[in-house]
Amino acid sequence: MKKFSKTSLLTAVTGLTIGMVNGLLGAGGGMLAVPLLKKSGLDQKEAHSNAVAVILPISILSAALYLYKNYVGLTQALPYIPAGLLGAVAGTYLLKKISPLWLKRIFGLFMVYAGVRLLLK
Amino acid sequence: MNISALLAGLFSGILGSMGLGGGAVLVIYLSVFTDTGQLTSQGINLIFFIPIAAVSVIIYSYKKQIKWKYTLKIAAWGLAGAAVGLLLTDFLGGKITGKIFGLLLIFLGIKEIFRKSDKTVAKKEKTCYTKNE
Repeated sequence: MKKFSKTSLLTAVTGLTIGMVNGLLGAGGGMLAVPLLKKSGLDQKEAHSNAVAVILPISILSAALYLYKNYVGLTQALPYIPAGLLGAVAGTYLLKKISPLWLKRIFGLFMVYAGVRLLLK
Repeated sequence: MNISALLAGLFSGILGSMGLGGGAVLVIYLSVFTDTGQLTSQGINLIFFIPIAAVSVIIYSYKKQIKWKYTLKIAAWGLAGAAVGLLLTDFLGGKITGKIFGLLLIFLGIKEIFRKSDKTVAKKEKTCYTKNE
């Protein structure tokens, strides 16, 4: 019973945190979901694929709320989707084949740079 | 549509399908390198991510890599979290939300830069499990 409660609590906290960050920032849910899913026992690759499944319904609700609030119009996102879909298909196949350590490190540098730019904006 | 927007979409799709921060790519591109406002950038990314994630989930599901029972439980809580997040966004406004996004980027970016290789982590985890047993 004790174990069940602990697991349920972990699930709730994980879900709430991912959802809140994704709703507040419109991004970042996936990056947060991967380490949290790993903590709950999934291996590295499982955590990545399952993170996307967790984020999908959260993003649908968040997007609907952003549209409702008029933060964004549906057509504004459309130009990016074809290239994004191509990337997504490539990504699902790459995930099993590569360990993108250096890609992550370079991306990390880029994130720090962009973060500083946003703080100074 | 220019080439940089095309590349932003492509990389966002690749990283997004891996759960590696694809959203960050598009939001960074829009909010830092174009004149798009912070909340609009976030909204564009959310809409953009839906078909990307749907395709990824279909492929992963076909490969039996999704643990539906578990992910749906987390997602249900996530929906409640998303509603709270939206209330916060509304309360804080685009400018402060942008700064929070910037801080998160710096934090996660530093974490990525100093990340150990997955093999090292896996080895360490294995040692921990063995000890716990």
